[in-house]
Amino acid sequence: MAKEWDIIITNRNKLLSIDLQEVWHYRDLLAMYVKRDIITFYKQTILGPLWFIIQPLFTTIMFMFVFGGIAGISTDGIPQAVFYLAGLVCWNYFQDCLSKCSDTFNANQAIFGKVYFPRLVVPLSIVISNLIKMAIQFILFLVVYIYYFASGVYFHINATILLVPILIIMLGCLGLGFGMIISSMTTKYRDLRFLITFGVQLWMYATPVIYPLSVMKETYPKYIWVLVANPLTAILETFKYAFTGVGEFNWFYLSYSIVFTIIILLFGIIIFNRVQRNFMDVI
Amino acid sequence: MSNTVIEFNNVGKQYILGTIGTGTLSQDLNRWWANIRGKEDPYLKIGETNDRTQKGDSRFVWALRNINFKVEQGDVVGIVGKNGAGKSTLLKILSRVTSPTTGDIKIKGRIASLLEVGTGFHPEMTGRENIFMNGSIMGMTKAEIRSKFDEIVDFAGVAKYVDTPVKRYSSGMMVRLGFAIAAHLEPEILVVDEVLAVGDAEFQKKAIGKMQDVSRGQGRTVLFVSHNMAAVKSLCKTGIVLQNGMTVFSGNIDDTLKFYLNETPETNEGKIIDAIKHKKTTIEFKRILINNTEKRNSTITSDQKVLSLHIEGHTQEEIKTDVMLVLKSKDGTPLATLAEGHYKGLIQTIPAGDFVIQKDIYLPEFLSNGQLYCDLKMHHPMVEWQLQAPNCCILDCEGHQEGYGSAINQHQFGFMGLNCKNS
Repeated sequence: MAKEWDIIITNRNKLLSIDLQEVWHYRDLLAMYVKRDIITFYKQTILGPLWFIIQPLFTTIMFMFVFGGIAGISTDGIPQAVFYLAGLVCWNYFQDCLSKCSDTFNANQAIFGKVYFPRLVVPLSIVISNLIKMAIQFILFLVVYIYYFASGVYFHINATILLVPILIIMLGCLGLGFGMIISSMTTKYRDLRFLITFGVQLWMYATPVIYPLSVMKETYPKYIWVLVANPLTAILETFKYAFTGVGEFNWFYLSYSIVFTIIILLFGIIIFNRVQRNFMDVI
Repeated sequence: MSNTVIEFNNVGKQYILGTIGTGTLSQDLNRWWANIRGKEDPYLKIGETNDRTQKGDSRFVWALRNINFKVEQGDVVGIVGKNGAGKSTLLKILSRVTSPTTGDIKIKGRIASLLEVGTGFHPEMTGRENIFMNGSIMGMTKAEIRSKFDEIVDFAGVAKYVDTPVKRYSSGMMVRLGFAIAAHLEPEILVVDEVLAVGDAEFQKKAIGKMQDVSRGQGRTVLFVSHNMAAVKSLCKTGIVLQNGMTVFSGNIDDTLKFYLNETPETNEGKIIDAIKHKKTTIEFKRILINNTEKRNSTITSDQKVLSLHIEGHTQEEIKTDVMLVLKSKDGTPLATLAEGHYKGLIQTIPAGDFVIQKDIYLPEFLSNGQLYCDLKMHHPMVEWQLQAPNCCILDCEGHQEGYGSAINQHQFGFMGLNCKNS
């Protein structure tokens, strides 16, 4: 009788033995996780999903006061609300993906220690459930955008707008990739957990969220390479350019970001896959 | 042709003792360097058997070592062993929570593990949402869960609470719900680790019955870890004894339990005769056997009717004596006593010289499952003590059990079950 084993549990596995088929088999679990994340977010709250909108709205107002009003940083002629909101919607999505994914092993050790399922489901579900949150915030952005458009502000809408879905996927993948790498490393060396909390803060200032790239080019032309090396720069600049026609759109920068995203994502999946088999023993 | 569903090949699992601190980075580098040069992992060579009571030299320890066995389809395998023998590690590897350091395990079919109930329950979500969540964690599809939903709720007995967040559940309800989900999963292999201890007696029985159905009726395989010997015995067909991370015995369940119970002289070692604390100087005891053994540990099997007591010795002068055997619970509460001098007024006269006392004590018909501690005494009431041997032996009672029943527990229901006439 020919023996066909369904599962073989060993110590060794190949570098790239990522069982995507298995993840697909667990798609219902993925859906459940997404549902859980969203349900539990507003359980026992009164405003419920409204909180998704309140947070970026008030942050935008604060930005308008602090950076637009007091500091007087230029927004390249775009209405401040539209400019900050565009940056925040993108940045929030990336930041949520990154910080939540990077806590995967830590936050789920109780479940991971008891039952097996493809661990990749958890960070994937984070990216997807945050996508829904992002969509709600994106609608808020559109409302504000249309309000200004209707009140006579001219926006040069262009074909780059077709790139927006790709930009959003890139943001998610970058957050996922970095998050998985950090999560895998924190199981053993917890130092990274402290780094991530303030590292993300610093990263935001190295990304054109509250200022346009053009301002940076004028003020600190020496350090412009920091912004160019940051894969998020091209994504945010392209996003703003798509809706307003102002900002910098550059195929070279964008291609760099795409390649960077793919490499980080692959690297993240590989390292995550390696760590997940034994992390229970070291966490 | 045999139909093997699980096969363990040389499975071993190594753990590092102490804390994982900054030292791991240098070890990691060492390991990595050895790997690059194509050499063996330097830390895999070290390691010793896992005896937690002995202080070892090595920082590395084998929680499991050289585990080799096969499980056939439809087998119900009981895994027994002392605390720290490696039972849970074995199940963890089997359910892919962690991977083995050496060797491999081959599995045919879907595997569901119940290492701890309520796994993956989210406290904020309702029972209904958690059934779906938990079911899908265990690998069920939504449609499968939907078709089993009513059965699960019914089995768990939580119909009233199904739309309440599980954070409001009692721990018993959580266990019931968790078990109900796992039992209705229809996996080819079910792995259960000492989870039933939490539920009440009724639920335990229900759960054991369900596991029996699963294995007998549907030909599925169950791996069961428990310290409850009666449950293991009533459920399992074959068994494995783990000791210090190694399999020391495997075979059918009766032999396994016999082996295990004889191998665990937890508190008492040696002979009953060594436990004598006081004796009359003119008497010499040669052999004392309780339950046909001189050892201080023995088992009263489920169908045993008689407990034998045998004393051989020599007395220099004639004695009048009453032999008493007090059976106590683990905490020292007396449960029953043989004392013919008391209630029958029967005092035996033994002339000088060699003597043999043989008594066959009738055991209650429905003896419970649990341990009995014995005090052996000989005295001439109001005159003298000839022998005092408190806690001279421990009897492991399997407890009476027939048909589909399961033995009652001593700590819950006392020493024996009552009989009655049904009309």
